[in-house]
Amino acid sequence: MPSNKSVSDAPITQFVNCMILRDHKLQREDLWVREGRILDPEKLFFDEQGYADKRVDCGGNIIAPGFIDVQINGGYGIDFSQASEDVSGGISFVGKKILEHGVTSFCPTLVTSPPAVYHKVLPNIKVYNGGPHGAGVLGFHLEGPFISVEKRGAHPEHCLRTFKYGGLQDLMEAYGSLDNVAMVTLAPELAKSQSVVQELCQRGITVSLGHSVANLSQAEEAVQHGASFITHLFNAMLPFHHRDPGIVGLLTSDQIPAGRTVYYGMIADGIHTNPAALRIAHRAHPLGLVLVTDAITAMGLPPGRHTLGQQVIEIQGLHAYVAGTTTLCGSIATMDMCVRHFKHASGCSVEEALEAASLHPAQLLGISNRKGKLDFGSDADLVFLDDALNIQMNPVDRNWPNIDTVTSCDPPSL
Amino acid sequence: MKLIILNDYDQASEWAAKYIRNKILLFKPGADRYFTLGLPTGSTPLGCYKKLIEYYKKGEISFQYVKTFNMDEYVGLPRDHPESYHSFMWNNFFKHIDIKAENTHILDGNAANLQDECQAFEDKIKAAGGIELFVGGIGPDGHIAFNEPGSSLVSRTRVKTLARDTILANARFFDGDLSKVPTMALTVGVGTVMDAKEVMILITGAHKAFALYKAIEEGVNHMWTVSAFQQHPQTVFVCDEDATLELRVKTVKYFKGEAESKTHDAHMDLLKHSGCIESLKLHYGLVDNASLIIAVKTQIVENVDFCIIVC
Repeated sequence: MPSNKSVSDAPITQFVNCMILRDHKLQREDLWVREGRILDPEKLFFDEQGYADKRVDCGGNIIAPGFIDVQINGGYGIDFSQASEDVSGGISFVGKKILEHGVTSFCPTLVTSPPAVYHKVLPNIKVYNGGPHGAGVLGFHLEGPFISVEKRGAHPEHCLRTFKYGGLQDLMEAYGSLDNVAMVTLAPELAKSQSVVQELCQRGITVSLGHSVANLSQAEEAVQHGASFITHLFNAMLPFHHRDPGIVGLLTSDQIPAGRTVYYGMIADGIHTNPAALRIAHRAHPLGLVLVTDAITAMGLPPGRHTLGQQVIEIQGLHAYVAGTTTLCGSIATMDMCVRHFKHASGCSVEEALEAASLHPAQLLGISNRKGKLDFGSDADLVFLDDALNIQMNPVDRNWPNIDTVTSCDPPSL
Repeated sequence: MKLIILNDYDQASEWAAKYIRNKILLFKPGADRYFTLGLPTGSTPLGCYKKLIEYYKKGEISFQYVKTFNMDEYVGLPRDHPESYHSFMWNNFFKHIDIKAENTHILDGNAANLQDECQAFEDKIKAAGGIELFVGGIGPDGHIAFNEPGSSLVSRTRVKTLARDTILANARFFDGDLSKVPTMALTVGVGTVMDAKEVMILITGAHKAFALYKAIEEGVNHMWTVSAFQQHPQTVFVCDEDATLELRVKTVKYFKGEAESKTHDAHMDLLKHSGCIESLKLHYGLVDNASLIIAVKTQIVENVDFCIIVC
């Protein structure tokens, strides 16, 4: 190859013979990467007169933006809600393993826990970018403790809380710190919740509605105050009713402020949601669908009994129950399984299936300027897949890690 | 002048691409000897570019030692605008081949001083030793590059205001919004193209027929600037049947007849050297119906799949 006269010394990689997801379409285009960012080859050619240092043949595979999991409680024996001695080690370990599922960024999720757990766990992790060492952490997802008693699901009742002050003090008393928090799930029917929703949104924290018995107007009010997500749609909320659709009605509500989208998490593992319900939601509001795993400690482990938060759970095949009951307490499906199942069940296109796991969560968290896309300037968090959407190894070094290079830039602010 | 008439757009594109390919191969470019090529933009040369890319991908040609000079570029349009000629050349040609960026030259319509930019372009052409082959198209008003009707036939690279016709024709690339179409462009002059050793003009489509008629059957006229090439020693016009619709039957028959006689000459040459033909075919692994022409010394034969020069 001719010598490289580009302004930066950093090596340039050109992925050829691939189909890339760009502008909502799979297209036959080469993908250029330099210093962990997607590079504009035309600018490189005309402005810098530069070339690729390395050309990588992708064998006709698909390159998509790395998947983003905004609800994952642990895995491989690690429980994020347990105040273990090595919290950051546990999160890094899971971060490394989920690369194999195509996940390049995630929000470690804590279920309802006593204040002591939050105070111990939260300060241990800073938001950081991913790399070959593991998926990046976008911030914590705090699912509880401000949720409904009736819809607590697997969350321990004795740890649930209500809003005493209707403001920051409630949050600080429960969590201790809001640094490095990306998302909070709460029940909007709780008294004084609206001002809390506002308080969180002002800090750039995504507010999600879930584990709630709210009716549609309570949910709409929360959205008007800034809430933008629904935690695992259909699960832990009132079922759709034609005279009061409840939280599910947000998908087609006309009370959403202009220019804003309400996103909703779907656990597309074939167990938490009947495929017909998945299709109804998808058809009603395709652009808001965000695939989440809600994976628990046991994901990646053999069948048996394991700990989740303050409770014990039991694995049977692909099901995870609260021990001794038939209450589901999270899934053990991996993100790539969810993507494949979603595509199969909904009949959507490959592009839609991939975007539900990458673009939509990035848009939800307000980081789509850097993540969730293969646009020029985006972070080069890449996942390689075959036509059947099975994760392939990174052709650069034949390792599982799908993040091409470590970015030296600051993580995206949330 | 040579007038090569092919049946349709695809055949004309292929002929032109083979011509360019063969010219480059025969020139034997190297690190100390670059082949300088002038290039156009627009819908006419797209087929030709596609074919050249195909030949590159098949390994038949390399652009490593080729220098290109584009004819024109809009003034004031950002370089990365999808309709800029930089974007056109990148997407339709440069990104698919092995040409070096520093060997491509396109006028900068956003230069601080446009006059200086035009002069610098002329200087670059001179420094490269002049253009071996300048490929161009023709507008419906008979213009070459942006040398609109009324342009001096000895003009050099300069800023031009676009004619109304041209702006209307270009509106389709700017969402049909006339206000978005650039009104000025930098263009090589008629004189600049005339300086090239050889010129090839591509003309396809019935809407170009009248311009072709004016260019080759009427006199040299600054209102139809392509007519200037009547005074160039080595010009080839490549067109499809539709583009000849306004020509006299006599003209068309003459040039079609000339092509046939050239093929006849080539076949005579073939028979003369038939002794070595079979062994050459075997050596190069050519199938029987591949056209294999032996050209003696510098006699160039166009439109061949494989060309061997015997000196």
